[in-house]
Amino acid sequence: MSTAIAVGVLVAAGTYLILQRGLVRIAFGFILLGHAVNLVLVASGGLQRRGAPFIGQRPTDEMADPLPQAFVLTAIVITFGITVYLLALARASVGSTEEQADEPSTGPATAPPADDAPPAAPGGNPGRDDRPPRGGAA
Amino acid sequence: MSSALVPALLALPLAIPLLAGAVLVLLPARLRWTSRVLAMVATGMVLAVGVVLVATTRDGGAVGQRVGDWPAGIAIMLAADQFSALLVTVTAVLVLGGLLFAFATGDDARRMFTPLVLVLSAGVYGAYLTGDLFNLFVFIEVMLVPSYVLVVLSGARRRLSAGGVYLTVSLLTSTMFLAGLGLIYGLAGTVNLGELAGAASRSDALAVATGVLLVAMGIKAAVVPVHTWLPRVYREVTPAVVVLFSGLLTKVGVYVIFRLYAVMYDGDPRWRWLLLTVALVTLLVGAATSLGDRSIRGVLLYSMVSHIGFMLVGVGLFTEAGLTAGVFYLLQYVLVKAALLMCAGAVQTTYGTDRLDRLGGLVSREPLLATTFMVGALSLIGIPPLAGFVGKLALARGAFGDGQWWTGGLVVAGSLLTLLAMVHVWNQAFWGHDGELTWAEVEEGGTVSVTKIRRTLLAPAVGLASGGLVLGVAAQPVLALAGVAAGNLLDPAGYVTAVMPR
Repeated sequence: MSTAIAVGVLVAAGTYLILQRGLVRIAFGFILLGHAVNLVLVASGGLQRRGAPFIGQRPTDEMADPLPQAFVLTAIVITFGITVYLLALARASVGSTEEQADEPSTGPATAPPADDAPPAAPGGNPGRDDRPPRGGAA
Repeated sequence: MSSALVPALLALPLAIPLLAGAVLVLLPARLRWTSRVLAMVATGMVLAVGVVLVATTRDGGAVGQRVGDWPAGIAIMLAADQFSALLVTVTAVLVLGGLLFAFATGDDARRMFTPLVLVLSAGVYGAYLTGDLFNLFVFIEVMLVPSYVLVVLSGARRRLSAGGVYLTVSLLTSTMFLAGLGLIYGLAGTVNLGELAGAASRSDALAVATGVLLVAMGIKAAVVPVHTWLPRVYREVTPAVVVLFSGLLTKVGVYVIFRLYAVMYDGDPRWRWLLLTVALVTLLVGAATSLGDRSIRGVLLYSMVSHIGFMLVGVGLFTEAGLTAGVFYLLQYVLVKAALLMCAGAVQTTYGTDRLDRLGGLVSREPLLATTFMVGALSLIGIPPLAGFVGKLALARGAFGDGQWWTGGLVVAGSLLTLLAMVHVWNQAFWGHDGELTWAEVEEGGTVSVTKIRRTLLAPAVGLASGGLVLGVAAQPVLALAGVAAGNLLDPAGYVTAVMPR
């Protein structure tokens, strides 16, 4: 029951934050949502305390289910990586917050022609592209 | 090839692009041609594996493999039936075309571009071949992470906000998918598709839990009403990236919906009306909104939403004819839509815009482009003898043959709306006088320099469009393969045994 309440609170807070403007808040929202989902995964393996799942140490029914723990571990790694990326993106878009502010009104208008001219521009930003593009360059 | 070796091939579509991607990251930037060749060779090898898989599973069987020969229950299960094999093959073809197009537009000048595309494609192949829901989640992440970078990599300021939208939507779907997985594991105690076969049709709780996965995949596939992210994000990325995304990302969503509904729900008739309604609404709303856009790419993107609807009608019918049509539609559509997006991308790359009000007279100026676009557009509408016609005819026949008059009628209505949208593009961009951006520039001295689309930029589009033509004229063999895939979906017993841990 307390797990269900915790999941509910986390989901509610996460959803609220995702609906906010600004990537940092969205990132925090996803951290909360990720926690909620991890709780669901852990709960799916049973919540009562059981021993470590080493074969031969104890009978199988006293062992914890290792699979959800593996799921959660994988999910944490993925969420962590993407959260870092999201924060990096937020950092890169610091300079363009005013653009975000008037974004909803742009509607179906197309990209400004100047912007999407030949994307090639091989000399554009050579070599340091594995980071999100400049913006508020460090 | 001896049949004992074939299961061992299943891991290659994952391993080859990942390895090649890793090597490409290490190559210095000046070895651009080496990396191009390496990427093409790697994808070509995946294509070969795909063809072998299609040939082996042609009789309706399925192959499965415990990777690394780990004991059952611990090993990662990979499996392929005709449906997966066909999708791997067509995806490899699309990646080849998309890479060629990216080389022509110069997208691969960004250092990480080619390795990212390879890793992205590895995730897609993995999603098609895995027999386990959790690994499906992992492969979808493998596919998404490079796509996040590709969206943002483009460099322009505007793309940051598009990247934010894309990231938010994708993260939300991944989170939902994971939550659904937790619910399924809690209820069934397994995430292996073989052990879960038919589970959602037997237990209502599992049906709801699997429904969470289907909703997440519906967002990924951009069905109405959760489709608006797609045109908004795909509009901002470079032409080469949109070509690759169109054939890779949304199609995984469609695949998972097909697969889960066939295996886990066993085609449960109780929920078919829901799938069918969603499919038809997507079809109509997508087609209607595509009429209002003012750029070639925009029209194509909204029509992409509409065509997701067409494919899902196949699974909504869940009859042999309907599923055959859905699978065939999916296969030909990937190629045709990529050809069309390449045409739009070629115009945009050469003339700096693909806005309809700035274009005109392309038919006399770029006859080859116009022909390619026309072939693609006619196929999209469904005019004989093109592949789209065969797909739509099969779909309509499946619907009418099943007594679903409404469905059949709406499929035809959606095709008419597609016709209107394509005529709109044709009239604005291809007929008429030169638009303001396409005037020849008269330089001092009286010489006239005319900007024209480079051959290399058009070649991939021409190749894919003629593929669509061949697929239409000689549709029978492919339709037969799609029929086998439909048989796999209707009766997943073979697939289930292949993914079952033994």
